[in-house]
Parts: sequence; C-alpha cells; structure tokens
Amino acid sequence: MKTLEEIRKIREEKRKELDLRVNLKANTREKHILVCHGTGCTSSKSPKIIEKFRKIIEEKNIQNVRVVQTGCFGLCAKGPIVIIRPEDTFYAMVKPEDCEEIINTHILEGKIVERLLCKDIDNSVVQRLDELNFYKKQKRIALKNCGIIDPENIDEYIAFDGYKALEKVLFEMTPDEVINEVTESGLRGRGGAGFPTGKKWYFTKIAEGDQKYVVCNADEGDPGAFMDRSILEGDPHCVIEAMMIAGYSIGANKGYIYVRAEYPIAVHRFQTAINQAKEYGILGKKIFGTDFDFDLEVRLGAGAFVCGEETALLESIEGRSGRPRIKPPFPANVGLWGKPTLINNVETYANITKIILNGAKWYSSIGTEKSKGTKVFALGGNVVNVGLVEVPMGTTLREIVFDIGGGIPDGHEFKAAQTGGPSGGCIPAEHLDTPIDYESLAQIGSMMGSRWINCNG
Amino acid sequence: MACKCGDNGKSKELKEILTKYTNDKSNLIQILNEVQEKYGYIPEFAQKEISEYLNIPMAEIYGVITFYARFTLKPKGKYNVAVCLGTACFVKGSEKILERLKQKLGIDVGETTSDGKFSIEATRCIGACGLAPVFTVNGEVYGKATPELLDKVIDEYMKKED
Repeated sequence: MKTLEEIRKIREEKRKELDLRVNLKANTREKHILVCHGTGCTSSKSPKIIEKFRKIIEEKNIQNVRVVQTGCFGLCAKGPIVIIRPEDTFYAMVKPEDCEEIINTHILEGKIVERLLCKDIDNSVVQRLDELNFYKKQKRIALKNCGIIDPENIDEYIAFDGYKALEKVLFEMTPDEVINEVTESGLRGRGGAGFPTGKKWYFTKIAEGDQKYVVCNADEGDPGAFMDRSILEGDPHCVIEAMMIAGYSIGANKGYIYVRAEYPIAVHRFQTAINQAKEYGILGKKIFGTDFDFDLEVRLGAGAFVCGEETALLESIEGRSGRPRIKPPFPANVGLWGKPTLINNVETYANITKIILNGAKWYSSIGTEKSKGTKVFALGGNVVNVGLVEVPMGTTLREIVFDIGGGIPDGHEFKAAQTGGPSGGCIPAEHLDTPIDYESLAQIGSMMGSRWINCNG
Repeated sequence: MACKCGDNGKSKELKEILTKYTNDKSNLIQILNEVQEKYGYIPEFAQKEISEYLNIPMAEIYGVITFYARFTLKPKGKYNVAVCLGTACFVKGSEKILERLKQKLGIDVGETTSDGKFSIEATRCIGACGLAPVFTVNGEVYGKATPELLDKVIDEYMKKED
C-alpha cells in the first residue's frame, strides 16, 4: 500500500530518473537501451535480444546502462527494433548476435553501428527515430507511453503523469464535471461506430440501478487490427486508470476487461498491471483515502468473433455462449447481469487520462469538425512500412499510405485500400485525398470500423 | 462425487485449477480456458467436475465448449501447428502454407497424427499482421512464412525426441 504522498514522490523522482527517455538533450551519462517487446518484435525474437544485452552488460560490468522492454514502437516492418536514448539512435532488424557489437561500438566506443541503421522510404539512411518519415506526420495521444515505458513497471507509468488524472478527478471534479469534460472533448467511440463517449457515460450515469459496471471491450477480433493489443501490451495502466475514472463518473465500483485469449502477452501485461495497482492500493477500497472503491477483473475470450459485439461480449463475461442480445434495451440500462453497464473500447479509454489532464479544449482542437482527436490505425497488406500509426483525424489516406506508409513495395501502383476490416469497403486511388474521419469514410462507402488499413498494389 | 476416470494425477491438476476460482457460474469460460491450456482439450472427466463445481448442467457446458473455437473435445498433438487464416495472412498466402502442412503431415485441420505428435489448427487472426503470413507451433510465432520455412521448422520438430 502506498499513500497518495508516496505516489506523488515516486512520480517526481522517477520522472527525473527517466527524463532521458523523452528529453533527447538530457545531460546524463546514463543510457537506456529500449527493446520493443510488442507482439511483432516478440515474434521475431526480441526477448532473446533483451536477454543477450543484459548478459553482456553484466559480464562486462558496464555501469549506467539499462535495458528496458517497452511496448510497440509502431514500425513493425523494421522489427525487432532497438532504440538507444537519450541520443535516440534507431537500430532496425536487430538480431541477438548483433547485441555484442551494439554494446562494444555504441555503448563503449560511442560510435554508431552503421550497418544496423535503417533506410527510410526515400532511401536515405536514418540515424534517429524522429528523422524517420514514418513518425513525422504522427501524433501520439493514445499511444503516448507505448515504446517509452516498461509496461510491467507501474513506477514508470506513474513517472509520466500516471494516475494523476485519477487524482485530479477524485479531488477536484464531480462526476458530472468529468462527464462534461469527456463530452466537450468530442471523443467518439474508437471501436468503430463513433458514438459520442460522453453521451454513453451520461446515459449509464442516469440509468437506475443499485450496482453498475464498467467494461472494456478488448476483443479485437477483426483480422489485421492490432492497435488495442498494442495499447494493452505497451501501456496497460492507462486503460486501468481510465476505467476507474469512468467508474467514478457513472457510479460503478467494479470493472471487467474482456480480452481475447489469442493475445497472451496482452493478458499477461494487463493482469500484471492490475496486480501492481492493487499492491499500491490504487485499485481496491478507499482509493487515495477517498470513499471511492474500484475493483477490476480480466475475463478471457475463447475464439468467438461475435464476442466483439457488446451484448455478445456481456453474455460471454457471464460465462455463456456469446450470442448477441436484442437491443434495445442498451447495456447502459440493462447490461451485465441486467445492471447498467458502460462499455468502451480500449483505444477510447486510452484517450481519457489525456483529456482529463490537458482539457477538453485541447483535445477538441485536434482533428476535424465532427471527429476530434487522433486515430490509431493498423497499417498492413501491401505497403512498405507495415505497422501501427496514430494520426490526427482528417489526415488523408494518401498521407497515411504514402508519407507514413512509404507506398506500395517495389514501386508498384496503388490500387485500393480496404478500411474498416471485412465489413468496411475498398477505397480506390481516386479517393486517396479523402480526409479520414467517421463521416468521410462513410460517405465514400467504407467505414472506420475496426480501424485497419489494408493496402493493395 | 469423485471422478471415476481412474487418473488421479490429472484430476489433481484439475482441482488445482478449480481452487483458483469461486463457484460463481461466470467463471466457466476462464476455467475452460485453463483446462484447454493444460490438457490440450477438454476431457470428459473435467466437464463432469466443472459441472458439479459450478452447478451448471453438462449439456450447457458442452454447448459453451462447442460454441467457442478455442475449446476442443479431442486431444491435440504434442506440437500443435496453427496457421493463421486471418485476412492479412490470407492475402499474403497463408493458404499455401496450410496446404503444404496438410500434405506434409497427412492430416486435415482439426486432426492429430496417429503418433500423437502433430495436430493442425486453422486459427483466427493472432494480431502479428506485421509479419504476415504467420504460423505458430505451440504458441511460438514464425513470421514472414513460406512453404520452405514451414518445411524447415516441421522437420526440426520431427527430429525432436519424445
């Protein structure tokens, strides 16, 4: 158990210690070797890279160097990725046998290992992450901590304003004020349908019931979509914190996150995060000494695509076959075990803490008239830079596919991009300049849907 | 009522799983996931014990098992090879990999080789789309797969002693 004072102290001290992760001009002799531990890089052996680095550092007794497992950096096509901060050197397609050279040349001699640098889409060799075209047009809000913190270390989350939004909400805001803030931010459901999030919170708040629930839909079933997975793997605490804020606002003290069993790393990280939050007394009874209690449980899916539909998901949490219920009544009135239930998608929750800390005005200044904020997309198929991207709403498909994605491999012509998963539509080249938001995608016959962009060339 | 399957070791393992959960009916899918993980399928004795523990009729448990794709009623092989047929992998040729695998092992999807060593699963998207096409062997992911890579990997597992 930690008191609020102790948590504030961790925030202050840890933030100084980790400054070099975000401040590239940090004046320090320390170096942090960040190794992507997301699904893509893990599949291409990044855990072995971490192990190897740690072994070499120990054998050579090197001081002031820390190896950190982080969430997804986004550029999965170049994985496994290793980034060294504060200098921000970006090494691509690293193999365990490259670790020795990185330590000897980069860490000990202070020289760049040229052969491990990656080529950008214009064929220039890039040394630093922020020089890559892939990142230039991106704006990271939901993915803010992904690739910066160790997701299995709650202190690192706390260092970067973690649980500060919860503190603000519990001590400075009424539930109505929180809901107003979310409403005014213009945030809409990131699960694909785009329902105004604040409205959903409000409906659940005014619904009558002695018990209410907060649910997170992490049944990211559409093939090709992996942004929710990446958030859970890279920054699980931000979802926990947002669910708690939602609980405070609607009057719920119990939450469930429904995750696909096909996502073992995400399940493990999220469960670890819950355990750590409980240990710190952040989840539990009388949170931060207030009257607010909140408990959170993970529920696993078992390979049923339909369980991404909210009422089927509720059936599954209750332990039954996931058959959708008839709507109305909507879950806001009759949800889990017949009680009022708020269901939001992972990415929706990932925006909440930032809205609370920076304000609705800030959030609504990003994006288009009707679609505010940013949107995370899984960029896949026939495109050079396969990976995870977060861009302001209103960014055009051309910018995503060409400026960020690097276009179609081998100079092939772009034919079409499919958005919204299997239920979406194929967008031909003539619509490449369409700004991406909920309305414009619907207008040209596709949809935001499951938020993946599959390119065909 | 004690289980009459005669295999107390397995029954003990099951008890260990059950003790982690309360007898709240909503724990059914959590328990089935662990049992599937442990045994590679949901044995009948486990269905019976879960039925008693949670006070859910066997028929309903059977309904849940057959509803969810992850649960199986037949044992999987020692090495379960799963080929991802999600859209991203499919458009990058995962069907060819599945065909080669079926040919190589002489079994179809959902079947196990007669020596119990291999089984084939056609899986839904595992989210490693950046590496498409992918297949996994007991959860270990092999990305950017080709029929040649599959041959190499399966040959290695074939050589492994029991």
